[in-house]
Amino acid sequence: MKLGKIKELLEAEVLCNEELLDYEAVSVFACDLMSDVLSLAKKETILLTGLTNIQAVRTAEMLDLRCIIFVRNKRPDESVIELAREKGICVLFTKYTMFTACGILYTNGLKGADMF
Amino acid sequence: MQELLSIKYDVESGDFIRGGEASSSIKKLLQQLGIKADIIKRICVACYEAEMNIVIHSLGGYIEAKIFNNKIEIVAKDKGPGIENIDLAMKEGYSTAPEYAREMGFGGGMGLPNMKKSCDEFYIESKIGEYTEVRMVVYF
Ligand SMILES: Nc1ncnc2c1ncn2[C@@H]1O[C@H](COP(=O)(O)OP(=O)(O)O)[C@@H](O)[C@H]1O
Ligand SMILES: [Mg+2]
Repeated sequence: MKLGKIKELLEAEVLCNEELLDYEAVSVFACDLMSDVLSLAKKETILLTGLTNIQAVRTAEMLDLRCIIFVRNKRPDESVIELAREKGICVLFTKYTMFTACGILYTNGLKGADMF
Repeated sequence: MQELLSIKYDVESGDFIRGGEASSSIKKLLQQLGIKADIIKRICVACYEAEMNIVIHSLGGYIEAKIFNNKIEIVAKDKGPGIENIDLAMKEGYSTAPEYAREMGFGGGMGLPNMKKSCDEFYIESKIGEYTEVRMVVYF
């Protein structure tokens, strides 16, 4: 599913790297624990998280993830967005809570990322 | 087996803002060297977990990356409390991380297991009240 479609479904705001909205996401990993995220090594996964600090971006960077979606209306600091911009990670921001955001994406056909 | 280059980064205790910069720099370097993306990813996951352990659990230390033509060797060494029971620390889910580390997204007790899984070789050594040293090797 294209990030643009995900943005629409989650009524999300794009905080940086809007040009990535054409990127095709294959699966989603929803988590606030970065070590759990780090143990998934799959491509084309997007990260859905309530953790809005810089380590969420670092984690995405290490895994070459192209998109982070922050849930629960938690807007990250400008420094967090700045790092994501620099690393070529598209950041979306939605008012939905984690469970609801997951439900919306799952219902529309996105699946979870499998652990390796 | 010739050493091509070696680079060392200091890692500060408690610095959740800059924690990860060493791993990020190593990633950039490996990309410049043309190493395959999935290999880089494995190295970075291990290196980043090791770096964050220095931030969270120690009094500070360093990350050193030694690059050879066929492999990378990463040493993460710190001064600090050390690890009393390494077998226990290696267990998935075991963590003594403080609450604030959890709020920062760490402290799930998966760091050491992740490092071991991500690397071709993994060694850990520690002395109570003195240091912890993790050495990891990934072949290109
Ligand atoms: N560098 C270190 N210095 C002291 N203790 C450490 C260090 N690294 C790991 N440990 C100990 O091992 C435990 C497990 O580490 P890890 O698997 O990375 O999980 P976490 O960092 O989430 O607690 C830590 O909670 C801590 O007790
Ligand atoms: Mg850890």
